[in-house]
Amino acid sequence: MAAGVLSGLHGETSYRYRKFKSDAMMAVTVGATIVTLIPLFLVLGYLLTKGFASLNWAFFTHMPAPVGEAGGGMANAIVGTLEVVGIACLIGVPIGVGAGLYLAANRASQFTNWVRFSADVLMGVPSIVVGIFAYAVIVRPFGGFSTLAGAVALAAIMIPLVTRTTEEMVLLVPPELREASLALGVPNWRTMLSVVARTALSGITTGVILAVARVSGETAPLLFTAFGNRFWSTSLFHPINTLTVQVYTYAISPFADWQRQAWAGALVLTAIILALELGVRWVTGGAAKAPR
Amino acid sequence: MADSIPTVRRERARAPVHVRLFGDRIFNTATFILALAILALLAGLALALIADSFPAIRAFGLHFFISTEWDPVNDKYGALPFIYGTFVSSFIALAIAVPLSLGVALCLSEMAPDWLSHRLGFLVDLLAAIPSVVYGLWAVFVMGPWIRDYVEPQLAHYLGWLPFFQGPKVAVGMLSAGVILAIMIIPYISSVCTDVFRVVPHTQREAALALGATKWEMVKTAVIPYGMTGVIGAIILGLGRALGETIAVAMVIGNSADISASLFKPAATLASVIANEFAEATSDLYVAALIELGLVLLILGIVLNVVARALVLGVQRRRYQEAGK
Repeated sequence: MAAGVLSGLHGETSYRYRKFKSDAMMAVTVGATIVTLIPLFLVLGYLLTKGFASLNWAFFTHMPAPVGEAGGGMANAIVGTLEVVGIACLIGVPIGVGAGLYLAANRASQFTNWVRFSADVLMGVPSIVVGIFAYAVIVRPFGGFSTLAGAVALAAIMIPLVTRTTEEMVLLVPPELREASLALGVPNWRTMLSVVARTALSGITTGVILAVARVSGETAPLLFTAFGNRFWSTSLFHPINTLTVQVYTYAISPFADWQRQAWAGALVLTAIILALELGVRWVTGGAAKAPR
Repeated sequence: MADSIPTVRRERARAPVHVRLFGDRIFNTATFILALAILALLAGLALALIADSFPAIRAFGLHFFISTEWDPVNDKYGALPFIYGTFVSSFIALAIAVPLSLGVALCLSEMAPDWLSHRLGFLVDLLAAIPSVVYGLWAVFVMGPWIRDYVEPQLAHYLGWLPFFQGPKVAVGMLSAGVILAIMIIPYISSVCTDVFRVVPHTQREAALALGATKWEMVKTAVIPYGMTGVIGAIILGLGRALGETIAVAMVIGNSADISASLFKPAATLASVIANEFAEATSDLYVAALIELGLVLLILGIVLNVVARALVLGVQRRRYQEAGK
């Protein structure tokens, strides 16, 4: 390593040249950062201009218009997204938090290592594959696309995220707190729930919100589970509309009015997700980061 | 207040030890079952995909992976065009994303002062927060036409002698898919690389500077070699993301099951063909073939993720071991 630097030193290359090269390379890294951020501002800029131009009150209150008719909104998709994500939370959060508590409480066992490994592997599974899984275990046996299938798919994506953040947050709790509680004669389960988990609660909540933000933007696992629906439905066992699927269908449609509404839908969707992400970061002082 | 203390004592005394241990047993069993659910989820995922793709595995065997014929009308399925499309679009993405991500990571870890570094890092992270379908929408209406009108003519003019840059210039195709994938995976690669570069010990940097290295020479001789395995891990992690990314790609790649050297032409990936055809697949064999494509994706995703995590963790662990000495 030193040889590499020294060969530069006693070569014919002058210090001025080396300094210039260094400054140039460092400027290149700044340039790379700027180039990387350009798409971010372009996407957000187009969303704001095109999205706001096509956003109106009907978007929030009206149902999708029949094919070929202009107007209409995405009221059912907004409610549908809330419902699917809500049910996914009901399934995913208890499992994720419980498993995270287990991982944090049983550090040494081989079983813990396997569970942690599985959670990490699950985080790397493409979301469309999770959709196929939900299709295989819910849609097929129940004989049709349903809200429940979509929620199961999203829950399966949430679980490893929530598990890993819960584990990390619980490990941040000082062991003295737990020991103090146990020394006072409080049973272990009470200690874990009302002292340890209680102390880590804000961190766990942060993790859950980031997981919600992540799955709210998922389209692929909903395509053949929740499927989409042009009509009003809140039934667990029928197809349901979601913002992401509706934006997808409208974006690839040939109708100008649908494409216009796709921009409005994309704006609302992005606004919800960024509000969740920014809100969490603002509250936690920028420390929060979703596990990858 | 004073009265309440004996009350608490009496309550405590009333709960015998075996009752309190009973609570522990319930808690331990419950959390154990929930932890087990994660193992079951992964196992169930793999088993469901294997079981449901079995008709296709039995019908086509290994021929599935070398056949280029994707013909739902005659129930003949081959995965090669999609495997090809997946890898080519991902490699375009990596070719663009890796240099940019390394630049971002070095800028954040070596150049920018702390307050700026965290703000810039936050902005780069925001790229990962934007939903895939929104990238797809933007790519369909803004980026795709721009690539068709400005990028592809330039590529054809200067590099048109290469087979990759020949053919009709269209907004939807392999190149558009690769570019949008690059934008989507940069935050993943750059954030892992930034973390890896940040754990390079200061003594390493100081040693290089003390030997008379300029900043760039210090980066080249001390920072990058130290974090190399982590950087490779980050790239593999990015590759895993790119392979599995679905909706944005499905919207801009054009979805054609042809293998063509030209990057301008429409193609399809494993994930995009599943997204496009799954809900409309009519025959059982058709569904099974699509699920087998999903199985290929699952295996690729697991393998790449395991390798990448091992590499990244390796760098961080070495740092802690050295710090412990």
